[in-house]
Amino acid sequence: MDLLSSKWLVNLLVCCLFVGELSSHGCRCPRSRVISGRVRARARGGSYWCTSLLLFVCVCVCVYFIFLAGVGCNSVEKKIYVNLNYTVPCVRLLNATHQIGCQSHLSGNVGVLHVLESEENLDWVLHSGLTPPYLVILESSLFTRSIMMKLKNGSSRVAGVAVVTPNANPSQGTSPHTSCPNENTGVYTENYDPTMARCNVTVWNPLGTGLSYEEFDFPIFAMKEDNDTQVIRQCYMDHNRAGNGSTPQYPLCAMQLYSHMSAVTDTATCMRRNNINFSLSPEMVCDPLSDFNVWASTRPLNNTAKGHKEGESVVLAAARLDSRSFFFDIAPGAESGVSGFVALLAAAHALRNATQEAPPPRNILYAFFHGETFDYIGSSRMVYDMEKNNFAVDLDNIHSVLEVGQVGLHAESRLWLHSDPVSRKNSSVNEELILRLQSAASGLNVSVEEPGFSQPLPPSSFQRFLRARPIPGVVIEDHRSAFTNSFYESMYDNAEYLNISYPPDLTPDEQLEYVTDTAKALTEVATVVARTLYIQAGGAESRLGSINADPQMVTRILYGFLVRSNNSWFQQLIPSDLVSHLTDRPTNFYVGVAQQPGKPTLLVQYLLANLTGSTVNVSQDDCWNQRMYSYLWVQGAAPPNSTERVGFCMRSAARLSKALSPAFDLHEYTSKDYSTWTESRWKTIKGRIFLVASHELEMLTLGVGVGVLLTSLMLTYIMSSKADILFSSGREPANATY
Amino acid sequence: MTASVFFGCTFIAFGPAIALFLFTIAREPLRVIFLIAGAFFWLVSLLLASLVWFISVQISNKDSAAQQKGLLVFGVVLSVLLQEAFRFAYYKLLKKANEGLLTLSQEETMPISIRQLAYVSGLGFGFMSGAFSVVNILADSVGPGTIGIHGDSQHYFLSSAFMTMAIILLHMFWGVVFFDGCEKQRWWAVAAVVASHLIVSCLTFQNPEYVGSLVPTYVILFLMGVWAFYAAGGSLRNLKLCLTCKDKDFLLANHRPR
Repeated sequence: MDLLSSKWLVNLLVCCLFVGELSSHGCRCPRSRVISGRVRARARGGSYWCTSLLLFVCVCVCVYFIFLAGVGCNSVEKKIYVNLNYTVPCVRLLNATHQIGCQSHLSGNVGVLHVLESEENLDWVLHSGLTPPYLVILESSLFTRSIMMKLKNGSSRVAGVAVVTPNANPSQGTSPHTSCPNENTGVYTENYDPTMARCNVTVWNPLGTGLSYEEFDFPIFAMKEDNDTQVIRQCYMDHNRAGNGSTPQYPLCAMQLYSHMSAVTDTATCMRRNNINFSLSPEMVCDPLSDFNVWASTRPLNNTAKGHKEGESVVLAAARLDSRSFFFDIAPGAESGVSGFVALLAAAHALRNATQEAPPPRNILYAFFHGETFDYIGSSRMVYDMEKNNFAVDLDNIHSVLEVGQVGLHAESRLWLHSDPVSRKNSSVNEELILRLQSAASGLNVSVEEPGFSQPLPPSSFQRFLRARPIPGVVIEDHRSAFTNSFYESMYDNAEYLNISYPPDLTPDEQLEYVTDTAKALTEVATVVARTLYIQAGGAESRLGSINADPQMVTRILYGFLVRSNNSWFQQLIPSDLVSHLTDRPTNFYVGVAQQPGKPTLLVQYLLANLTGSTVNVSQDDCWNQRMYSYLWVQGAAPPNSTERVGFCMRSAARLSKALSPAFDLHEYTSKDYSTWTESRWKTIKGRIFLVASHELEMLTLGVGVGVLLTSLMLTYIMSSKADILFSSGREPANATY
Repeated sequence: MTASVFFGCTFIAFGPAIALFLFTIAREPLRVIFLIAGAFFWLVSLLLASLVWFISVQISNKDSAAQQKGLLVFGVVLSVLLQEAFRFAYYKLLKKANEGLLTLSQEETMPISIRQLAYVSGLGFGFMSGAFSVVNILADSVGPGTIGIHGDSQHYFLSSAFMTMAIILLHMFWGVVFFDGCEKQRWWAVAAVVASHLIVSCLTFQNPEYVGSLVPTYVILFLMGVWAFYAAGGSLRNLKLCLTCKDKDFLLANHRPR
């Protein structure tokens, strides 16, 4: 309970005590006696007077106490604690078998500060320091697996860890993800091909330390290099630094971190605890990770008629939306996710005119999957929906799959086409697809090649489709075997890593329009994808030259997602009630647990609607979804003369579909086939620093208090038993008093 | 700082007051009532003083530190004067109530003498004053931190507790001396009480030089204690009798009923 509410409680208790005392003692005097007639009237009047006075007293007192408690701002607390403003915790995630992440005590973890200088300095924390437990402050260069494992093993002396994140990316690549992402839920199991399971052929993420998937029983927070961190370092220098080998003296500088997580053990346990119905308001302890997939098609599909559609043959173009990092809610995902889906968005835009003027025989379905980082939540859900006839098309309707993976970093402008060696043996469609890709790339500044040896598919949504049917498909990546992304699923995978840089002295609007080199490179990729999709869908080769992605569009989308989402272009594309979701910071792509679509999902949906749809002249009241199309009202731009925005209705085929793992619909919380990731709930996340006094001083204070109490009890007893003697002089004879 | 500091400071601040309450007041309901009524009177005086101070702070210039300090001094002086005024008002009320109680009661003698009323009302004032002085500080002492990160002195909790103990005992002594002065029309005694209250309150402006404020306060406490002892009917002879355990002989010799 925080201090303000405890003061409320204290004041309310005193108030009630006061009221209780008065009402129990006060009005008893006149009524409890046998009153003679002479004084009866007076007594009755006396009791009314008594009651009304008491009521007035009670009201006054209560108003006073509540007034006092309400005037907040406690200056004693400000003298003791310095609250930290920017704290990002690591939270607990659970799956079918494990719990990962960090946990603190319910009343926070208190530890004496220690700024770690090197790995050898860990000895002070773990063995020789005299005042455990310690709260270790790490620079980001020391946030390595070996140091964290040592701290984990000595966790009785470690109260927590705070990592200071720098403003610039480190020079060495590091990834907290596992080295073989999603190895249990892809297509390469022992049944499919034992030689390719568990990254036997290629370790996709060689720089992966697996820190994100370890369990710590102390809190780990991330802090920025700002004023609060300076205060912390100054406090450490002033109080905790041992000078010349002497031990530091009390009072010592300490920090307290609160990040208590309610869920434990695994998903089955926490889902069972969610359903305990002992009280009127049951307390949930965890939520499944879920969001929404965004999908659209070049020819509109009847969304109310689910299941197999006769005569529909669909080319599925897939990309991934989400990302993660070690800390909660920091997931810039620039190379891991954004590069892929931005290329696909630009390709969809490039194909808009061609598919409307000369529609190809097959339909093209664009799908942006969410939750792929956590065992393919979005794609497994879509496959499950297709199998259960709960989606607009069926798995039999899918002709081939083209997935755009990590394409932002291609050095020497080379793209690599990965395909599944097992299913490829039986299909010629695969060969055609690859040939079409290569021909589409001719004449452009980028070359597409195959890896040249038998290699499994990298972690991609296409693997979930392969688990269901042997569909032909290709995954476009910028790495031949292992990832070139050295910050895979890390908080450093941001705009700076993709080399998105702007000349200095540009206003935000000018930055929005400036075409960076990264945008130009990504535009080439988008053009390749668009042209391939057109031919794969059966379109005429003659039209290929007119299909080009727009670099202006690409650079704007990259700016909006990686630098600042609160820009003028995004503001035009969304309705007015979503404007508050735009921030001045990069977008966060962590999948989250909300029941509503997340901010990036909505942004991608409105972008896709704008890039593949068209405006219709319909009023806002008539602008609502129909069977074939989705209608979205957006706020638009303000004409040059006025400040009022002119909204319009956008008709497109862009829709959302729920991305919640099928394990939660089937209640199979220990499923090995589907993702079972859940995120724990928590009450408070905060941190503060203060000084702690030595244990001896506290015991001394208690001792002095007990001594004072006992002495005064003894003295008072003696004096009160001898009171007659002590206070006897000056008293009148016994029968008169005054 | 932790629970041990919390309990230590609570016992230091309220130890004597709890002991006095337990052994002298708790068994007599009439004394309890007058104690609580005294606490209420102190509370009303504080309410009025804080209303005046609050209004004056709102209309003042919040940026000028000298003006705020001046307002604080004004607030303290006004509060002291209002407390003493309400002590006088309580005295008048108790005189009137005494006559009323005498009419209502069936016995011929007063159930409670004015001396006992003086002691009880002083203690009531003291309880409420102590509570307001120290409860917020005690609530913050429960947390894990201690004062000092901004450079303040570490002994804040202990000195607040000792100051509160002194204030509670002082209120009790002031009550006894004040009522005695009013009874015997000795207005210089009343003035001395007001003056010493002012001095003790203004001594707290010495903080954080805790020695400078605590030591004179305890000196004044001792002096007022001696004065209250004499005003309540004590004398050096009685004290010597008690200390040398000759009290039984004294009683028998004088045939006084206990």
